[in-house]
Parts: sequence; structure tokens; C-alpha cells
Amino acid sequence: MRDARGDVTRPIGARLWLSGAWLALLVLAALCAPLIAPKDPLMQDLFLGRMPPFWVTGAEPGYLLGTDSLGRDVLSRILYGARLALIVALVAGSLTCFIGATLGLIAGYYRGWPDRIISRFVDIWMAFPPVLFAILLIAVMGPGLVSIIIAIVVIDWTRFARVIRAEAMSQGAMDYVASAQVAGRTRFGTMLTEILPNVLPTIVALLTLEMGIAVIIEAILSFVNLSISTDSPTWGGMIAEGRTSVHQAWWVLVFPLITLFLTVLSFSQLGEGLKDRFDPVLR
Amino acid sequence: MNSFLEVRNLNLSLKAGMPILRSVSLNVAAGQVHGLVGESGAGKSMIGKAVLGTLPRALQVTSGEIWLDGVNLNSLPTAERRKTIGAKAALIPQDPLTALNPSKRIGPQITRRLVDILGWQKSDAEARAVELLHEVHIPDPARVMKSYPHELSGGMRQRILIASAFAAEPKLIIADEPTTALDVTVQKQILRLIAEMQQRHDTALLFVTHDLGVVSKTCDTLSVLYAGKVIEEARMRRFFTRPIHPYSAALLKATPTYTNPRGSLTPVPQSVIDATEREVREHDMRASR
Ligand SMILES: Nc1ncnc2c1ncn2[C@@H]1O[C@H](COP(=O)(O)OP(=O)(O)O)[C@@H](O)[C@H]1O
Ligand SMILES: [Mg+2]
Repeated sequence: MRDARGDVTRPIGARLWLSGAWLALLVLAALCAPLIAPKDPLMQDLFLGRMPPFWVTGAEPGYLLGTDSLGRDVLSRILYGARLALIVALVAGSLTCFIGATLGLIAGYYRGWPDRIISRFVDIWMAFPPVLFAILLIAVMGPGLVSIIIAIVVIDWTRFARVIRAEAMSQGAMDYVASAQVAGRTRFGTMLTEILPNVLPTIVALLTLEMGIAVIIEAILSFVNLSISTDSPTWGGMIAEGRTSVHQAWWVLVFPLITLFLTVLSFSQLGEGLKDRFDPVLR
Repeated sequence: MNSFLEVRNLNLSLKAGMPILRSVSLNVAAGQVHGLVGESGAGKSMIGKAVLGTLPRALQVTSGEIWLDGVNLNSLPTAERRKTIGAKAALIPQDPLTALNPSKRIGPQITRRLVDILGWQKSDAEARAVELLHEVHIPDPARVMKSYPHELSGGMRQRILIASAFAAEPKLIIADEPTTALDVTVQKQILRLIAEMQQRHDTALLFVTHDLGVVSKTCDTLSVLYAGKVIEEARMRRFFTRPIHPYSAALLKATPTYTNPRGSLTPVPQSVIDATEREVREHDMRASR
């Protein structure tokens, strides 16, 4: 039995703080990578290839999480990889959110022909298989940071549009919206001052979730070698390389994988936690 | 007697075609209380929404006029119509749960009307809001102004909505079943409060309800609505002593009022309902000819 108020709210607090702490750590790593990374992430040393992490016998001092087949420091590469992951998360996440939520809000609140156009557009869009779509896009635009961000926006804006449309629609039917209009508000003003604050918790939750998804998509694209050029370290690229030598050097695969997993998990937990904090009714 | 609100032959239908209101005419005199009774789904709320210009999108006015304080609302451009309605009329809603914005504090939700409609300064509006909350007997108004709706009980929220309805001193209040969503224990207090406010502010009141017992105590005149058609319009005394329409008579027999204080209640007979339905259908057929 779960009591919605007593039992579930407390762990949400813990999740919020844990996920927040992990993400703060990542931001710090990304900002200060040159200061805190023990080695140059690109420096190869063929004599130091596939050194295990520090607690395994035969580890090389100074290489805490071991080295990959080219002798590059795994820890340093993970720290530098955080840069790209976070840039993609922030930029692609916010852009996706802005475009999708705006269209969803307009469709759900104005209804009528704006809704018909936007909804039809969403339906058509969603008929494309998303990953194929992204690969096609990048094949056309060429790999690179900008292409990745555009690909993510193009794939995922419909998620925001659909969810926010539904929320705006149900808020729009409430009496307080009508009374705002009797008080002389314009429709556009009502949308911004009455509807938007009430869908904001959902937008925030979707946004953080989207940031996690953006990190995954970027990793997938790196994995299939469609991301940024291979010499700047990315978690997806590291996972792809680690996969080929998993029997000889599991750490090359496992550490970036764990980092990726924790990051995506943290984004989604942060979203849930923030939604509960923000939502005046649940608070 | 001059009407403050006059609805003339209002026809309202679903965009798909089905009629919701059938040539509804209604007068509310300045400073008077007019009851609007009818069973659930009769179209009572839609009359209120048509007057306030907040009809759901699925509905449209097909013909008829609404006059407010001597002005034909249909003749005004949209922006001006909104302003006129906002300054002259206000709603006390049926459901105090959805009538307040859950993500905003109470204070701004009351002062908004004063700032938007009357162009008041924020600080003046806040002082006035506190005064209004006093007037509706809310203890500690300063604290309530800073609260969120979900922190307050249903009765408190309805008091706030009453205060907010009277804020800009409108001369018409539409109360749409203002106690239906409340606990029985607070219903009486809210009814008394509305009557008190109506008298003090000398407003006209269109009182929507399905409770004839309440009407008998509060109203001067009333209209009975059945399936979107006004089947009887009367002054109170006459209605309760000599109802004209058989449906009205049957309704009275089904209501514990002063004509029938403790006697047994008779459900509205099916034959009366059938006859009334037939009348409404014939009305539609005449109209379509
Ligand atoms: N949003 C809507 N869309 C379509 N029909 C509606 C809508 N709202 C109300 N109606 C219809 O209008 C009629 C009158 O409703 P209403 O005025 O709410 O009745 P009541 O007398 O209980 O207040 C009902 O038959 C209802 O089905
Ligand atoms: Mg109603």
C-alpha cells in the first residue's frame, strides 16, 4: 500500500538531491576539465595501453580508471566527455522544449485552426521512424555539434507538443480562465499569465527528461560514428571503442557506460522531483 | 420596471446543429433578484455564459440579443464588449475548485479585476481586496491574500470568489449554483452572504439553481427553464400560489417549500415530462418552418 502523501514524497526529496548532486558534479567536471583532469585526454602512449583501474593488480599509478587500447586516460576522457554531453543536453534540450512547448501551448489553448494545423503536422512528423530520420539528417548535413543538436530537436519536439497541448487544453477548460477573460484579458495574455504557469511544472519535468534523452541520442550517434570528429572525447565514442575490447579491458566500456547511465537517470529523477516541488497542488 | 439585463429571443446551438437554448427571453431588473430554475442540463449555465461571453467553443449564438444596462452587447466590437461586460457583470461560479488559478496566490487574483477593469494602482487594489475579504467574513485577510487556493477550504474559496465578483462594483452578479459544490453545513452561510452582499451593493442578481426551496427565500422573480426553453416566467408570490405551466406545478409538488412544508413529495409525473418535451419539440418545429 502506498499512501500518496506520506510514503512517496519523502524519497522524492532524496532522489532530487542525489540526482542534483550528480549533475552538479558533472557541470563542475565539464567547466574545470582542464584543471582537474589528471592527464591530457588525447595523449596516446602505446606502452601504457589497457592498464586496469587502480584497485586491480598491474595498475599504473596516476591512471585511476585505467587506460584504453591507445593508452589514453579513461578518467580524463570521461571528464572531457562531460563537456559535449552537457552542451548537447542544455542546447538541444532547451531548443526542443521551447519549440515543442510553444506549439503545444498554442494548439491546446487556441484550439480551432491553429490546433488542426499543428496537430496534423505532429501526426505526419511522428510517422517517420526517429532514429532513421536523425541518421538521414546527419548524413545530409554532415556530422558535427550543430547537426546533432538539430537532429535531436527535429526528432523530439513532438513529445513536448503533444503533452503540453493536452495539458493546456484541460487547463483552458477551467473556470478561472473564463473569469480572466471576463476581467478583460486578451486571449494571448490569458495564455501567458494563466495557462503557462500551470503547465510549467510539466514543461520542467519534460525538459529535464529531454536533456537525458539528448545525452543518449548523442551517445548513440557517437556510437555509430556520426557525432563530432573522433578526437574530442565523447561518452558514446568511448563506449563504442570499449565494446571491441571488452574481454581484455572491461573498464574502457564500463566506466563511460556507468557515467552515461547515472547522468540520464539523474536528469529524469531531477525532473520528477522538480515537478513535485513546483506543482502548487502537490506541494 | 427597467431591466438591467435583458435577454431577447436567444437561440443557442451546438455548432453541429443541436439546439441548446430555444428563444430564451429573460429580464433582470436593477437591484432585483431573479431566479433561474431548471433541472440539470436544462441550459442554465449556458445562459450565464452567453451573457458573460464565455461560451464553450462548441456552442454558438444563432440569433437573439443580449442587452446589458441599455447596451446591445452584440453591437459592440469584441474588445469593447469584454470591457463592458467586465465592468458591469461578474460571476459567482458553481465550482470554487476550478474557478481560482491553482498556481497563483489569492491576492493577485482579486486585485487583477481592479487593476484590469478600473485601472487602479496595485497598492490601492490590495487595500481594497483586504477590505472585501473582511466584508465576506474571512478571518485574517492578509494571510489569505498570500495563500494558494489549495490551502483553503471550499467554503473559503467560495467566499473569496464572492469578494472577487463584487470587487469592481458590477451592477449584475450571475450566481451559477453557487452552493452545489459545497458541504451542506456551509451552503446556508454562503447563501446568506450572497444575499447580504447583493443588498449592500445594490446589484441585480441572476440566481441560477435547481432548488426551488432556495428560490422561494431569495428571489423576487423567476424563470423556469426546461430543455433550453423558458416555460414560465413569474413573480415569486404568484408562482408559488398559482403556477401556470403543469411542469412548474409538478416541480412545486416535488419541492419542500412553504406551500408544502412537511407533506409528502410527489415526483414529477412522466406524463408531465412527456407533455413538456412535446411542447419543446413543437416549438422547434415552428421555429424551423
Ligand atoms: N462544452 C460543451 N459542449 C457541448 N455541449 C455542451 C457543453 N457544455 C454544455 N453542453 C450542453 O448544453 C446543455 C446545457 O448545459 P448547462 O447549461 O451546463 O446545463 P445546466 O442547466 O445544468 O447548467 C447540456 O445539454 C449540455 O450537454
Ligand atoms: Mg450548470
